[in-house]
Amino acid sequence: MKNMESAENEGLLVRRIRNGTVIDHIDGGEALNVVKILGITGTTQEALSIATNVPSRNMGKKDIVKLTNRELSKEEVDRIALISPRATINIIRNFKVFEKKGVEIPTLIEGLVRCPNPGCISNTHEPIRSKFRVLPKGLHCIYCDWVITRDITSHII
Amino acid sequence: MHHIISIGDFDRSEIDRLLDHAGQIDRKKYDAHALGGKILAVLFFEPSTRTRLSFESAMARLGGTSVSVGSVDACSMAKGETLADTIRVVSGYADAIVIRHPKEGAARLASEFSTVPVINAGDGAGQHPSQTLLDLYTIRQSMPIDGIDIALIGDLRYGRTAHSLASALSLYNARLHTLSPAGLELPDTLSAQLEEKGMEIIRHESISEVIREVDVLYVTRIQRERFPDSASYFNVASSYRITPELLADAKQRLIVLHPLPRVDEIDPRVDESPHARYFEQSRNGVPVRMAMLMQVLQ
Repeated sequence: MKNMESAENEGLLVRRIRNGTVIDHIDGGEALNVVKILGITGTTQEALSIATNVPSRNMGKKDIVKLTNRELSKEEVDRIALISPRATINIIRNFKVFEKKGVEIPTLIEGLVRCPNPGCISNTHEPIRSKFRVLPKGLHCIYCDWVITRDITSHII
Repeated sequence: MHHIISIGDFDRSEIDRLLDHAGQIDRKKYDAHALGGKILAVLFFEPSTRTRLSFESAMARLGGTSVSVGSVDACSMAKGETLADTIRVVSGYADAIVIRHPKEGAARLASEFSTVPVINAGDGAGQHPSQTLLDLYTIRQSMPIDGIDIALIGDLRYGRTAHSLASALSLYNARLHTLSPAGLELPDTLSAQLEEKGMEIIRHESISEVIREVDVLYVTRIQRERFPDSASYFNVASSYRITPELLADAKQRLIVLHPLPRVDEIDPRVDESPHARYFEQSRNGVPVRMAMLMQVLQ
């Protein structure tokens, strides 16, 4: 009964989309960070739906993001894995799931996270993008060897 | 193309091979024209005496030539040029670049934009691989590096030579003892990395409690500007000073190293002691840097 209620609520909260991407199974509360990682700002022209803390049988609570008229590339998808490794991506064409894929944690991320070390060359006006190697313990700046071990989202550019 | 940016890019066999080569060079077994016709660009954006001179000397001893700008003020970076552009330009003038820069990661950046090999001669509080290699070489002249007890003394927070050496010694099962004033301890991230590699790190309050145990005292300069006033600086600096009286309790094989310049950290009377190796260490910069130059240029 409870699950039916949550399914109905979900249906009310987030409408089906004709074309675009549905990012499902985002860890509860991380949807806004996913949107930030995707570089979507308040000036976007396309419809964007966000549902947070939706009851989920497997996850307890999950978030969902629906983007109309935009199909995410693999690079964009994998960035999401940094904060929500269980997320699933559904590419929607004409209301149908055209492609479904999981996210993979990338080995190197470029231009996504700012190095917290003020002495790092990546925080100057040099024509480079920040580069971090993804290690089990965190993100390792390939320039200054600083390791970000927690709260990665607060360092997203 | 082979760059030398961080000691962390070396595995143990590569370090040992380079030190073996430096040993051959030290015994005068090298071709004095090995780098004839080659040009080394010396880009130093921070002051240096030993590192710069020894790289230039190393290049000259192998028959090569060095070119450099006089100072940062005299180069185009003073006009606002990026390091990336400077490197692109200079790599068209030389066969290799040796760089010192105040920003951490500057040498890594240089290697991305250079069309010739880059050697890091110190980047901010980051890496200084040639110093580490000559430190290891100097230790190896006196004893096998494996399993030594080494005390790092002084400014371990900002001291890049201590960071690089500690990282390299983690490949040799060394045991690390640290002594530093409050606020200048080894950074937590580095300690964690070293401990993850299995290195034992023991923190001490005074040198006298560790002097009987250690094989190497690696002394670094405590910078006056890290303290609010001269009185507190002298108070702290004097408690980390190495004296002949302190060394009276040391193991016979103990050696005292210092990347230099020293100020007050080592009593000049220690210079006469059989334990003192810091001038030898400085001299070793030439054969070690000759081996590095040959590695990237041949």
